[in-house]
Amino acid sequence: MSQVVADLFCRIKQTEHITIDAEFTCKAGEVLAVVGPSGGGKSTLLRMIAGLNKPQSGEIRYGQTSWYCDKKSIQLSPQQRHLGYVPQHFGLFPNLTALENVIAALDHIPKSERAPRAKDWLERVNLHGLPDRLPAHLSGGQRQRVALARALAREPSVLLLDEPFSAVDRETRERLYLELARLKEQLAIPVIMVTHDLNEALLLADNMILISQGKMLQQGHPREVLTRPRDEAVAKQMGLRNIFDAYVIAQEEERQITWLKFGDHLIASTYFESLNVGAKVRWVIPNQGVRFNSIKKGRLCRSFNKLDITIDSMLVMGETVRILASVVGVKHKINAEVPLHLVQKLELVEGGETTVALKSELIHILEAHTE
Amino acid sequence: MDWEALWLSIKLSTVTVVILVPMAILAGRFLAYRQFRGKSWVEALVMVPLVLPPTVIGYYLLVGLGSESWLGQMLEQLLGHQLVFHFSGLVVASIFINIPFAIQPIQRAFEAVPEDVRDAAACCGMSRTKALFKIELPMVWPGVLTAMVLCFSHVLGEFGVVLMMGGNIAGETKTIAISIYDSVQAFDFASAGNMSLVLLLFAITVLALTTSLSRRVGGKHVSSRR
Repeated sequence: MSQVVADLFCRIKQTEHITIDAEFTCKAGEVLAVVGPSGGGKSTLLRMIAGLNKPQSGEIRYGQTSWYCDKKSIQLSPQQRHLGYVPQHFGLFPNLTALENVIAALDHIPKSERAPRAKDWLERVNLHGLPDRLPAHLSGGQRQRVALARALAREPSVLLLDEPFSAVDRETRERLYLELARLKEQLAIPVIMVTHDLNEALLLADNMILISQGKMLQQGHPREVLTRPRDEAVAKQMGLRNIFDAYVIAQEEERQITWLKFGDHLIASTYFESLNVGAKVRWVIPNQGVRFNSIKKGRLCRSFNKLDITIDSMLVMGETVRILASVVGVKHKINAEVPLHLVQKLELVEGGETTVALKSELIHILEAHTE
Repeated sequence: MDWEALWLSIKLSTVTVVILVPMAILAGRFLAYRQFRGKSWVEALVMVPLVLPPTVIGYYLLVGLGSESWLGQMLEQLLGHQLVFHFSGLVVASIFINIPFAIQPIQRAFEAVPEDVRDAAACCGMSRTKALFKIELPMVWPGVLTAMVLCFSHVLGEFGVVLMMGGNIAGETKTIAISIYDSVQAFDFASAGNMSLVLLLFAITVLALTTSLSRRVGGKHVSSRR
């Protein structure tokens, strides 16, 4: 990329129409995923960055250039921002061929250079031999690639992707993940990708912000947000279902262990410095932190955090099984998704008794609500 | 067969379409894309000529643009002649009465342009004017064509407003519809029949052509709007 690259800073506060309250920076060369449920304001936020919607207040800055600032009454148009934008349904111009679609975004370079550059970008997104096709004659995946080529051929300051994989089938989606992951290595610009799929953020993003009802709940590396959610709202948005109450009964600074009393059970978690002994806490454990034992007890006797459970229900969903189990001595139930082959190997059955071990390094204590 | 009246009708229809349709493209696009307070009132106002009897519209235009009104006097000074009982008056009346026939199909066509496409055009650096000519007009072409045909045919057959506003001056305001009426009044049924047949054949031909053209042009883009 020959263009000057910079970080994108965004601070938006809006209370009218759609509530938005977010502040974040997307560094050059970084993919930032904006994750949240549908109707949570993610696409509106992206449209504000693109200049398609005007925020109520705040600031959007690309490097030292202000794109929007309510205090200075600055509002650059999408044309002035010179960005690449891939809308949810790709927004291809139906009357133009794939090649003409890409050329249409190249007004900023001399006419003679447009066609060669457009062809080059279509090749780079693996669209060989299709430049003369109208969008109506392209598959969903091919359309997505044309839209991506069109956005990138502009040499944009920022690339904005709105639910880029939602309109294609699963097989195409898997292939596009790989292509975008490869393309990401070559891009030196900030890339902001809106998605409601956490897996997409985990696969492709360097950083993520979690948005719910327009409010930014947490920012961080996707895996960190998943394993270290700030509070219960974040944990729930991230799809974590094992959220429980417990009491802090001891703090071992030397061994870096915080001991929790969970019903009749003693649970060791990684050390949380700020907690007082006796405090009531909410803790969470992701699915990968729950390890199942076979029906025959006793094999996990040397593990920490061993819980006896009775399996209440099992629901086979493709290659995984959703298990709901009662923890002996506690009123709570544990949810887990276990691969089908493991369920068969461990001979797990409904009504059966077994043991699970909780990985102490994946136990995370949530911040208390201040509301 | 009153060829002079037929020629005048075709001239009136053409001038009306040429003036009205470009204005309808801008108005239809504005109404399709913009949300504003009082939009439903504006849309209702656009539809008024559709529900009012043409003679009522003709009466208001006659009174409003006649030599007794200040607007009529001002226009007479400006143009050097009265609008009423003049070809230019017929054009004004035809434009006014055809506003809903022009704006409605064009507005609906613009409403069908996906927001994604408009957003992409802006983010590709296109100005609104460039996006209109390069992207949107090729997509809304069937709607524009429908508006053109509706307006042309409607003006060709208009009777009430034309009679009220223009009277019945041969070569100036006597259109084919009025000529048919005149012939019937004079018991010249042969002439009235010939002129009616010409209008009937014209209407069928134009509508058939428009329908097939709309299908061909519209069908090209439908599947890409998914």
